[in-house]
Amino acid sequence: MAKVDWPAADKRSLIGKRIERVDGPVKATGAAKYSFDQNLPGMLWAKLVVCPYARAEIGEIDTTAAAAVPGVVSIWTDDKTGGSEAQYVGQIVAAVAAETEEAAQEAARLVKVAYTPKPHQVLDNKAELSTGQPSKRENGSVDKAFAEPDTNITQGEYGLPVITHCCLESHGQVTSVKDGELYIWPSTQNVSRYSDRLGDAVDIPQNKIHVDCQYMGGGFGSKFNYDKWGTIGAALSKKTGRPVKLMLERDLELATAGNRPSAYAKIKVGLAKDGTIKAVDAEVWGTGGNGGYQPPPVPYVFSKVANQRLIGKGIRTNRGGQRAWRAPNHPQGCFLTMSALDDAAAAMGIDSLEFFMHNLPLTDRPDVYAEELTIAANLIDYRKKAHPRGDKTAGPVKRGLGISLHTWGGMGHPSECDVTIQPDGSVEAKIGSQDLGVGTRTAIAIVVGETLGLPHTAIDVKLGKSEYPASGASGGSTTIGGISVSSRMAATAALNALLDAAAKPLGVPADSLEAVGGQIRQIDKTSHAISWKRACALLGPNPITKRGANVPGESEKAKLISQGVGGVQMADVSVDTETGIVTMNEFVAVQDCGLIIDLKLAESQVYGAMIMGITWALFEEAVYDAKTGRMLNADMEFYRLAGLTDVGKLKVHMMTGKGYDDRGVIGLGEPPAVSPGAAIANAVANACGVRVPYLPLTPDRVITALSKGRGAA
Amino acid sequence: MSENHDSLTSSGVSRRGFLKGIGIGAAATGLVTTMQTASEADAAENGILGPGEIPITLKINGKDRKLKVEPRVTLLDALRNRLDLTGAKKVCDRGTCGACTVLVDGHPVYSCSLLAVEAEGRAITTIEGLGTPSRMSDVQKSFVHHDAQQCGFCTPGFVVACTAFLKQNPNPTMGDLRDGLGGNLCRCGTYAGILEVALATAKAAKGEA
Repeated sequence: MAKVDWPAADKRSLIGKRIERVDGPVKATGAAKYSFDQNLPGMLWAKLVVCPYARAEIGEIDTTAAAAVPGVVSIWTDDKTGGSEAQYVGQIVAAVAAETEEAAQEAARLVKVAYTPKPHQVLDNKAELSTGQPSKRENGSVDKAFAEPDTNITQGEYGLPVITHCCLESHGQVTSVKDGELYIWPSTQNVSRYSDRLGDAVDIPQNKIHVDCQYMGGGFGSKFNYDKWGTIGAALSKKTGRPVKLMLERDLELATAGNRPSAYAKIKVGLAKDGTIKAVDAEVWGTGGNGGYQPPPVPYVFSKVANQRLIGKGIRTNRGGQRAWRAPNHPQGCFLTMSALDDAAAAMGIDSLEFFMHNLPLTDRPDVYAEELTIAANLIDYRKKAHPRGDKTAGPVKRGLGISLHTWGGMGHPSECDVTIQPDGSVEAKIGSQDLGVGTRTAIAIVVGETLGLPHTAIDVKLGKSEYPASGASGGSTTIGGISVSSRMAATAALNALLDAAAKPLGVPADSLEAVGGQIRQIDKTSHAISWKRACALLGPNPITKRGANVPGESEKAKLISQGVGGVQMADVSVDTETGIVTMNEFVAVQDCGLIIDLKLAESQVYGAMIMGITWALFEEAVYDAKTGRMLNADMEFYRLAGLTDVGKLKVHMMTGKGYDDRGVIGLGEPPAVSPGAAIANAVANACGVRVPYLPLTPDRVITALSKGRGAA
Repeated sequence: MSENHDSLTSSGVSRRGFLKGIGIGAAATGLVTTMQTASEADAAENGILGPGEIPITLKINGKDRKLKVEPRVTLLDALRNRLDLTGAKKVCDRGTCGACTVLVDGHPVYSCSLLAVEAEGRAITTIEGLGTPSRMSDVQKSFVHHDAQQCGFCTPGFVVACTAFLKQNPNPTMGDLRDGLGGNLCRCGTYAGILEVALATAKAAKGEA
């Protein structure tokens, strides 16, 4: 009988190879239909009316003028909004549904709402603004360590602002309530559980809700639930009896549909004479918007530092709420930690690479990091390019190198998958997962194809519907572990049923057979074979359908999946000390993620994370005006994303082979997205000789840091 | 044809020319202003259009498509909402990100920043007109081969922009790429693959591939 264990390296025909994504052609030709692209017969367009104040009591809502706009069909308000208090600019007050998008937009502007503005607070850059009780955690004694005479002490202030997800497909959905059933096409990372409790608002039970998301234009942690616009869409559709499309406008998308919490910190580091990290004392503050705040982990990666203290202070602001952003709290913890540590090393004149190498025993996986640092150093030519802090060569353009280390879990989530083998030989995999663009469809096709000895293109992967077997949300790098095991289990069970059916006619026991190269053949006499198609014909009239499941604890024991990875990144930048412009020369990422299913798509994932990281390191910040409480750059001109030529030369090295493959499958989405800010900021410090303490590393911040540095010198 | 083409570029709607002129970051405000001036000029010449729906004929992917739109409707919304040509995406809706790029008389244009009524009489090519999943263009094949896409939402705009760009710049420099493709943005970070697409085309142009 075929076993579920991952095949040995020499037996793999698909797993770990560079394979093109199976949905590449539909995407590259514009044929892929995203949620935003669903146009249903009789569909209405809905637009939101939102509060323009950062805090205000909402009074009477007058929809008379809006209702008079030609084409307006229905206006949504509820009995809870009037008299309640809005907490941020962009909070939803009402919605208009109309025959055309233009009419809905025009009418939404004509809804009159009586607001009583109230005092608000949107700033987050000072610890004194914190609200509530600070959190505190201490191991060892930092005060004692700092008091020891041989401790070299450095102190600095660092920070990174709130950034937003800026998904290119905004949040929203098309909803159709018809004959007591609710059909919904959302842009979501969570097909199987997206609609939990959505039915309550429109009195439709869960078993009559049908979610369909075939393609979605980016989530990055911000698209797990249906949100208020989900309930409004359902309510409008139920009321009008027509489908309703409601997608957020770009300004709302940026200001309200996803914030990554900020983190600012005062950090004191104590190093022993040999450069060993003895103590880290951090006071961290920041905002998660109008919700709570969890301080990021400091010290990050070097979590075994003997003496550490972390004080966390949350600042509640009148901004949209925080959402998970690729590796929640890790980029913040990483930037704060790696900046402070690199400053401490520089103050003692220790080379950064030597310093991080020396302190690897304070991490959870010193051997992995050591191997990765060595590879990264070779790829970026560290020994040749490295210099002590401050490029002493002539001219205004200074060059420098920076290093950062990161970690993540990445354990596969619970997932179920059905694999069906038809008597005509066709194969289908059904799973309630979703493909965010990371290659979920492709990975399932590879795993099922590998298992059945078929090309991956022979597997029809059906995902994105809530009717399919339930699979976890795509968040926290949990998808690849979940779906690879459930599809492997299902395909193995289906194959074993097929081998049983084929055994009798072939006159051999089922456990002497294997599926390889489009054939069912005898393991010890491979010339004794029949084609896949002929074998399937032996099934008679009925197909085989088998369900496979990933049960994380069991799969981990069976070494199908595991968790806990380390990665390192090194940046080579140039800083123009006259203009303050930072240019990426080269950027190297070395990453492990256990057994890789598709090397090409794994590399793409890392390239993508590096580019996204360059963007937030150099450009991204949600800028808020204290007086009006508004986000000043809620558009894509001033909320800048990196362009094609801003990224420099990128190099990706994936750790594979012994010690990595045998760990089983581990998630990859988050880890490489953690380090970019820290690596780039350290490279800037190495280039220009002073720390630019706050991200993004915009020209004004670079120039300010340089002026202060000169003043101090 | 050439007259239309000239009036299109001189009105400031040509994406490349515009970006070259005033720099990518500040594109939208200037573009909208120029556009309004252009439409006002049209109105003065041809009489006022609207405000209700008016019938127009758009030549899209070689076929005449008749539809009714209010004059305020953008080409992008006409394509997506009236004709169900949803390959061009609505992302920033103000001429910054390039996800809505289509070809107008062979030139890449932000369809969110051109009114549908202004596109009458011009040859419009959308992503759907460049190839299909089973019959992809060379650029589309190259996007798949070099994995120059992840979520894929920026991809149609990039493919259209690259198609026009690589035709004009078969052997592009980094400067050419910045000027020619700097007006398209991606969030997933697919630039590494897109640069590979450009390099592969350059190699092919030199006969190396």
